[in-house]
Amino acid sequence: MAILSRRRFLKIGAGAGAAATLGSRAPSWAGDFFGPARPGDRLERVPTYCDLCFWKCAAIATTRNGRLWKIEGNPEDPLSRGRLCPRGTGGVGAYYDTDRLRTPLVRRRNRGEDEWVEVTWDEALGEIAGRLQRLKAEHGPEALAFFSHGIGGNFLKHTFKAFGTPNLVAPSYAQCRGPRDVGFQLTFGEDVATPERTDIANARCLVLLGSHLGENMHNSQVQEFADAVGAGASVIVADPRFSVAAGKAKHYLPIKPGTDLALLLAWMNVLVGEGLYDREFVAAHGHGFEAFAAAIAPWTPEWAFPVTGLEPAAIRETAREMARHRPATLVHPGRHVTWYGDDAQRSRAIALVNALLGSWGRRGGFFFPASFEVPKYPYPPYPHAGRPPVDNPDGRYPFADLGLTNGIREATLSGRPYPIKAWFVYATNLLQALPNQEETLRAIQALDLMVVVDVVPSEIAGWADVVLPESVYLERYDDLNTEAFREPFVSLRQPVVESPDDQRPNWWIARALALRLGLEAWYPWRTVEEYLEARLAPAGLSLAELKRRGVVVGPHRPITVEEGHALEFPTPSGKVEFWSNQLAEHGFDPVPRYTPHPEPPPGYFRLLFGRAPVHTFSRTQTNPLLAEAMPENEVWINADVVRRSGLANGDAVRLVNQDGVESAPIRIKATERIRTDCVYLVHGFGHTAKGLRRTVGRGASDAQLITRYAVDPLMGGTGMNVNFVTLRAGAGKEA
Amino acid sequence: MARFGMVIDTARCVGCMDCVIACKTENQVPEGFHRDWITTEVSGRFPTLSMEIRTERCNHCDEPPCVTCCPTGASHVEEFGRIVLVNHEQCIGCKACLASCPYDARFVHPDGYADKCTFCIHRVEAGQDPACVAVCPTRCMHFGDLDDPQSEVSRLLQSCRHHALLPEAGTRPRIFYLS
Repeated sequence: MAILSRRRFLKIGAGAGAAATLGSRAPSWAGDFFGPARPGDRLERVPTYCDLCFWKCAAIATTRNGRLWKIEGNPEDPLSRGRLCPRGTGGVGAYYDTDRLRTPLVRRRNRGEDEWVEVTWDEALGEIAGRLQRLKAEHGPEALAFFSHGIGGNFLKHTFKAFGTPNLVAPSYAQCRGPRDVGFQLTFGEDVATPERTDIANARCLVLLGSHLGENMHNSQVQEFADAVGAGASVIVADPRFSVAAGKAKHYLPIKPGTDLALLLAWMNVLVGEGLYDREFVAAHGHGFEAFAAAIAPWTPEWAFPVTGLEPAAIRETAREMARHRPATLVHPGRHVTWYGDDAQRSRAIALVNALLGSWGRRGGFFFPASFEVPKYPYPPYPHAGRPPVDNPDGRYPFADLGLTNGIREATLSGRPYPIKAWFVYATNLLQALPNQEETLRAIQALDLMVVVDVVPSEIAGWADVVLPESVYLERYDDLNTEAFREPFVSLRQPVVESPDDQRPNWWIARALALRLGLEAWYPWRTVEEYLEARLAPAGLSLAELKRRGVVVGPHRPITVEEGHALEFPTPSGKVEFWSNQLAEHGFDPVPRYTPHPEPPPGYFRLLFGRAPVHTFSRTQTNPLLAEAMPENEVWINADVVRRSGLANGDAVRLVNQDGVESAPIRIKATERIRTDCVYLVHGFGHTAKGLRRTVGRGASDAQLITRYAVDPLMGGTGMNVNFVTLRAGAGKEA
Repeated sequence: MARFGMVIDTARCVGCMDCVIACKTENQVPEGFHRDWITTEVSGRFPTLSMEIRTERCNHCDEPPCVTCCPTGASHVEEFGRIVLVNHEQCIGCKACLASCPYDARFVHPDGYADKCTFCIHRVEAGQDPACVAVCPTRCMHFGDLDDPQSEVSRLLQSCRHHALLPEAGTRPRIFYLS
């Protein structure tokens, strides 16, 4: 650990040191400012894993004289490789955030009026348990739905399974990566999972469709992206916006939004038509290739030209470039892929291009992830739910393999196939995550009970009956992270500092609620340490070791064909399904086909949204470090369009969508980096909850403008890039 | 004695601001101020564009005008690594150095002294890289002794095309960008 030399301190640090002692005048993001490091400071390093996003990088937090100082990557961690992303580094700010929830709250007046009475945990949990018991008696346990995001939801999920509801959902499926995983399962029999099984580091050619790595800051992916670029990989980017990744690309394809599937079909057409595909791989592992080849024969680059706006020569050249580097060509599957309602088929098309390139299981393609075997805690079996999940009645979406948030919302509104009367929401701001806020609010108004567990008073918390303040990750234990990746590993989240107020960890909340619900049988452990110890022991590990090291990495196992891993395809045919009988049986296209999507009316632009490296969803905007790095979003508009509209860079405008919904004022980023037919926002801003003092009223919310959505008929995902906006000048925001 | 500098590979940089945030926590930089920042330069017309993203900070110039103009001697070149530093006690907050810096790398700390990047001298003395370099997820930044021909930074400058910022200012900056 670096300690200033005494001499240096006297020279450069004395002034600040004295100021810190006497009370600095500096405005600080860290409570009472505690100044630069000084000789003799007492430093402690505590390993844990991050919660600023779902990637769960192992980290080491350092306290100085008992105060949280900084967080760095754990060098042993296969995910972070010792380096966190800006959000992880800024995780310090999650602890010091002055907008945090401090104590349990019970609604005083009408839902959504955001007026509260502070109560004790005993009162809050007693209220919730009483109402859940009544709900169970009147409607059955299935009338409770649980919405969650991230590993922090594990213990509450356990409580609600024991309670007897099968209605457990997360927006990470139907509003994010669900279609991708379905498209890959239909093709290879396995999904891409998280963290993605993509060998970006060794790709010789990397193809990104709208996937803006570098802005989308999934740590390992971005590190590997930089490695690939550094190693001279050929990068091909198709995006209506000149993304950061586009700036590193050999080929940038300024594709018309909504036409990616046409580009993918044209690429397949070239790969097959010019005989550039991996014939050996297809012959050995392909199912239905002849029928597939016939199906894609019409979709030439010339056909795709008027659809995508991309020159046939550019389509051919990029297809050949991909073929040149195969099998180390990776057509990245993306992550947030709920765009147009045909997303599972588009994802399947991505899978098929990869199949033609033979990149599945190969170095520089998709590897076979390895995980550390840590048995689950030996709980008693859960009670058998009396009724099936409510979100997908009669298998309306035949390929949905996880719960649909939008299905729960629909059932809450309709009461069919049976009523949903309570929502319990953990760490997901549903008003910013689900499309059509009005539908969500109507559903909430139809509930008998809504409980929200969060760390800040988010919009969704504002609509709850009871709000429970959770300790931030730096103050709590959580379940073990054993995600499958390049190396098998186990990592631990453990407290670094104490919660500043009356916040509690999710495991404590889940257990305390379970005990009040009479579910003692499912909580044989009293403390989370007992739970963790019980899980670790059968894996040959101890809590003490994990507490000391933070992460334990198992021996490397083969993860590619090159390393000796066998190719297996758990599809119905046991092969890569170029032609899908499963899809045909359900009346869907067995080979993806392009369907045009509605175009913006004159004067309107397609609304696109994405990520910035310093924020996660709508969860980080009050973090003082991250808010300072990016305090608000801007609307990206093509510079010519801005000029023609008589507007200028930095002007505030409102966006008005096709249904007349008007955004908060947002500044224009007039830029060459986007097409003229769309505008772009970073997601997560435009907060309206008054308790989010640092961010309320800053920027605009894409979620508010997403009143329309296109549901994926295969799996129920909600395509959200189907909204159009026009600009209303004179937004009345001072420069 | 060493002469520290940085070599930054802009091809790898994604402008994520991890360097900016790491500096804020490491050095407890107060709210509203920063010692390093990201610049994005875009040229061309859509869709034929090129873009350079850079992480920028004090260039620890070999000919530092901030030192020459300082009336009290607070701004000085430290013997260790030729790092340009400010002695907080001696600084009277006159802002002459702020005006003289072609890179706009300095600010007046709310406690009254001129502040800026120190190359994390407290870390470097302990054998570590500056916080911004150590944290960077793209590994685009390299720190080392420009006078040592065997150092990583020297070897990168010998083998790769590079440029510095505002060489015409004549301050002989010690941060170089590979392009």
